[in-house]
Amino acid sequence: MAMRLRVFKNIIKQGFQGMWRNRGMGLASISSISAVLMILGVVLILILTINNVVLETKTKFDEIQIYLEDDLTSVDLDNIEDKIKDLEGVLSVVFLSKDQGLEIMKEGWEEESYLLEGLEENPLQNSYIIQLRDIKYAEDIVPKLKVIKGVDDVKYYQDIIDKLLVIANYIRFAGIGVIGALVLISIFIISNTIKITVTSRKREINIMKYVGATNGYIRGPFIIEGILFGLIGSILSIAVINYGYEYFFKSVNDKLYLLLTVYLVSPSLLIKDITIIFVAIGVGIGALGSIVSLKRFLNV
Amino acid sequence: MIRFQKVDKEYDNNVKALLNIDLSIHKGEFVFLVGSSGAGKSTLIKLLLKEEEPTRGQIVLNNMDITKVKSRRIPYIRRNIGVVFQDFRLLPNRTVYENVAFAMEIVGAHPKEIRRKVPMVLSMVDLSRKASNFPDQLSGGEQQRVSIARAIVNSPPVLIADEPTGNLDPETAWDIMRVLSEINGRGTTILMATHAKDIVNIMKKRVVEIHEGRLIRDEQKGGYGNEIASI
Ligand SMILES: Nc1ncnc2c1ncn2[C@@H]1O[C@H](COP(=O)(O)OP(=O)(O)OP(=O)(O)O)[C@@H](O)[C@H]1O
Ligand SMILES: [Mg+2]
Repeated sequence: MAMRLRVFKNIIKQGFQGMWRNRGMGLASISSISAVLMILGVVLILILTINNVVLETKTKFDEIQIYLEDDLTSVDLDNIEDKIKDLEGVLSVVFLSKDQGLEIMKEGWEEESYLLEGLEENPLQNSYIIQLRDIKYAEDIVPKLKVIKGVDDVKYYQDIIDKLLVIANYIRFAGIGVIGALVLISIFIISNTIKITVTSRKREINIMKYVGATNGYIRGPFIIEGILFGLIGSILSIAVINYGYEYFFKSVNDKLYLLLTVYLVSPSLLIKDITIIFVAIGVGIGALGSIVSLKRFLNV
Repeated sequence: MIRFQKVDKEYDNNVKALLNIDLSIHKGEFVFLVGSSGAGKSTLIKLLLKEEEPTRGQIVLNNMDITKVKSRRIPYIRRNIGVVFQDFRLLPNRTVYENVAFAMEIVGAHPKEIRRKVPMVLSMVDLSRKASNFPDQLSGGEQQRVSIARAIVNSPPVLIADEPTGNLDPETAWDIMRVLSEINGRGTTILMATHAKDIVNIMKKRVVEIHEGRLIRDEQKGGYGNEIASI
C-alpha cells in the first residue's frame, strides 16, 4: 500500500515537472481550453438569460389586465368584478386604480421618477388585474371580457409568450450544439499538443518500458499534465467571464435599462455554477485529450 | 532460470528469425550469445523481454511460463530482468544519480532505500564521482556503466546485454566486462549477445552460437567460434 502511494506520488510529481518542461506547448493547450470555455461562458449566460426572460414573462403575463372606461360608478365596478369572477379559469381579481398605477410606476422608475412629477393629470386608466389559474384559459376568457360593458381594452401576452418559447428553444439547441462542437475541437487540440510532447518523448517512454514501468506509470504524468493544463485554462476563463460579466452587469445597471436587469442573472449567482462547470469541463478536456493522444504509444 | 523449448519466431514479413530453439540457462551462469549479423540474437532477447511473441514453443523465466502473457503483466516480468543495450538508452535530461534512482522509483521503492542503494551501485560501477553529471557529459564507457547500474539496482536475477560493448573501444569494453563479471560473481545470471571475438575467447564462458535462426553450438568454456561465424 505504501509502495502504491509512493508510485502515485511519483506520478503526480512527474506530471508537474512535465507541465513545467512543456510550458511552451502547454500555452497552446491552455489558451485553447480557456478560449473554448469563454465562448461556452457567453453561450451559457445567454441561455440562462433567455430562460430567465421566459420565466419572468410567464409569471408576469399569466395575468390579464383590463382597462376600464373613465367615470364608472362603484356599482358598475362591482358589476364588472362579479362578471369576471364568474368566468372559468379566473383565480383572483384585483382592482388597480389609476393613482395606484402611477405610484407603482414611480417606484419602478426610481431615480427617474421625477419625470413623472411634472404630469398635469394622471394618464393611466383604472384597471382590473385578473390572475388566471393557467395561461391556457386566456383564449376563452379574453373575448368574453371584451364585451363586458365598461371595459375599454384587454391586454394579455399569449402570443408573445409562445414566440418567446420557440425562440428560447432554438437558442438552447443552438447553444448546446455550439458547446458540443467546441468541446470536441478543444479535445482535438489538446490531444494534438500532448501527442507532440509524447512523440518528442517517445525514446524516454521506451526506456521507461524496458525498466519495467507500467502503462499507468507512463500514462499518469501525461494525464496529470493534461489535467493541469485544463485546470489553468478553466481558472483563467472563470476569471475573465466573472469579471467581464460583473462589469457588464454593473454598466447595464448604471445606464437605466432598469427593466432589463430584471432578466439578467446576478453575477454572484452565476460564479458558483460557472466555476463548477468550467473546472469540470476543463479538467475533463485535459484528461481526455491526453488519454486520446496516448492510446497509440503504449504498445511496445 | 531461462528455458526455451522448441521456439520459433517468424516476423510478420515472413522472416524466420528463429527456428526450433532449445536452450536452458541456469542460475548464476554467464552465457555469450554469438552469431553473424542477422542470425537472430536480438530476436531471442526480444522474446525474453516480451517485446516480441514467439510463433511456436515455450519460454520459461524464473519458473514462470512467459510464452503468452497479458500485456499488463509485461512490466512485472521485465522487472525480473536487467537490460543493457549497445546505445545505453539513458534519459538525457536526468543526472546519473536520477537515471539510476528512476528504476527504483518506478517500482515504488522507499526513498530511504533509494538513497542507500543508488550510491552503492554507482560505486560498484566506479561512478560515484559522476553522480550529478548528465549523460552527455560522460564518455561512452561511463554511460554504459550507468546503464548497467540502472539494470542491476533492483537486484534482478537475470541481466541481459545486447552488444553492450558494441560502441566502445577495446579497453573500455574490458572495463565493462570486468563490471559484468563482478555482477555475475554475486550470483546474477548473465546473457550477453556480442560480436566481440577477443572478449569471448579470453573469458572462457559458455558460448551459444546461432546461425540463420538455428542454434548450432552450445559449448562450456567456448571460444568465439569456428569458420562459419567469422567473416
Ligand atoms: N521487427 C522485425 N520485423 C521483421 N524482421 C525482423 C525484425 N527484427 C529483426 N528482423 C529480422 O530477423 C532476423 C534476425 O534479426 P536479429 O536482429 O535478431 O539479428 P541479430 O543476430 O541481432 O543481428 P546483429 O548481430 O546484426 O544485431 C534478421 O533477418 C532481421 O532482418
Ligand atoms: Mg542484434
